[in-house]
Amino acid sequence: MNEAINAVFTKTNMIYLAAGLLKTLQVAAIAILFSIPIGMVLALARSYSKGIAGKLAGIYIELFRNTPNLLWVFVCFIAAPFGSDTARCASAYVLFTSAMMAEIFRGGLNSIPAGQFEAAESQGFSFIGTIWSIIIPQCMRNTIPTMMSQIVTVIKDTSFMAQVAVAELLYNTKNLMATLYVYSGHPITTAEVIMLFAAAAAVYFAINFTIAAAARVYQARMAKDTGKR
Amino acid sequence: MIGQIFTPWRWAELLSSWQDFAFAFLTTLQVAFFALLLALCIGAIAGVLSASRSRILRAIVRVYVEFFQNTPLAIQVFFVYYALPYAGIVLYEVPIGILCVGLYTGAYISEVVRTGINSIPKGQFDAAESQGFSYVQTMALIILPQTVKAILPPLANQCVNLIKNTSILAMIAGGDLMYFSNAWATNGHFSYGPSYLICGLLYFILCFPLTHWARSYEEKLKASVQGGKA
Repeated sequence: MNEAINAVFTKTNMIYLAAGLLKTLQVAAIAILFSIPIGMVLALARSYSKGIAGKLAGIYIELFRNTPNLLWVFVCFIAAPFGSDTARCASAYVLFTSAMMAEIFRGGLNSIPAGQFEAAESQGFSFIGTIWSIIIPQCMRNTIPTMMSQIVTVIKDTSFMAQVAVAELLYNTKNLMATLYVYSGHPITTAEVIMLFAAAAAVYFAINFTIAAAARVYQARMAKDTGKR
Repeated sequence: MIGQIFTPWRWAELLSSWQDFAFAFLTTLQVAFFALLLALCIGAIAGVLSASRSRILRAIVRVYVEFFQNTPLAIQVFFVYYALPYAGIVLYEVPIGILCVGLYTGAYISEVVRTGINSIPKGQFDAAESQGFSYVQTMALIILPQTVKAILPPLANQCVNLIKNTSILAMIAGGDLMYFSNAWATNGHFSYGPSYLICGLLYFILCFPLTHWARSYEEKLKASVQGGKA
């Protein structure tokens, strides 16, 4: 057991896995930062535009919601107009997650009473002004817990990039499994393999569980606030 | 790749291997079907247990749900595919897909079921008990039938996620639709455009009716609740 720990958790290996984690978080961060505003625009278009914009947003959302994320990683890895592998993959996550966020925001927009538009208009707000300063803040606040569980999904799904050889956490874990014998000087043992995968799973778990727990705390507080009113 | 979609000979090539695409699609269907069965069984049992009075059972289900919801499906699949053979456990790709996707989705379905049960007023349990129903009878005959209406839409969404997640088999050369579409293009004349388009279309055909139904059912449910209030 101790031998296995010494063989797996060397400084070089830890740095290698940490580099993978950094790539995972980097792509997840890009996907989240871009998909929230894009998703909001799509949701607004779908909910409030009767014209071509609403139709296009609907087609976009349905297209990405009903096809696997992995397919878009493959598609963008080949076809996206970016130089680096990471950027091409990240664009796949932005495209896919935007549709998911749009669907989450649609739920948030649905829960806002239509009367608020009339009330805002009577107070002299323009349509855009109402959307920006009244509708969006409420929608965001109500959907934070669902958004956070989508963020967990994004972090988990970045592991698909292992399939196109982007050096994220899962890819580095798998690679380390194949090359560990070079460092340890003996064929990899069962204990070492399990230790390695357990370590990677623990890292994913620590990050995602923290986000999920924060979402639950937020949701409980929100429910309490609503109860008070 | 987009240009390829308008290149007839690439489509002719794809058409000539339509049987292989059909077989890969059937593999995806097969994995999805059995994984769904597994996920529904696990989800129903775990969901009922997580609403039970026993603290130990609730804790066990909690650990299961949190583990599978917070680690990537890909690492679970890799663990079974790459790591378990070292411990002498070797499984074929399709059973791995069924097992992993089933266990993974089971955790989500368990949460759906738990939420459904918790939405039923506690008084019904007491009322059933006073009428001589056992715990199992109460659950099976009184509580679960009432939750069906509310949990169908989230269940349909989980089913869509499950179908999409079967594409994870592509990562272990599982012979499913995603794997085959990619392999066919890579090993042939790099006709990625037509291959991915067909692949996406087939997934869409499977998933769209479910998401569409879930949404309209949910809206109908909401309208009937609001109608009842008014």
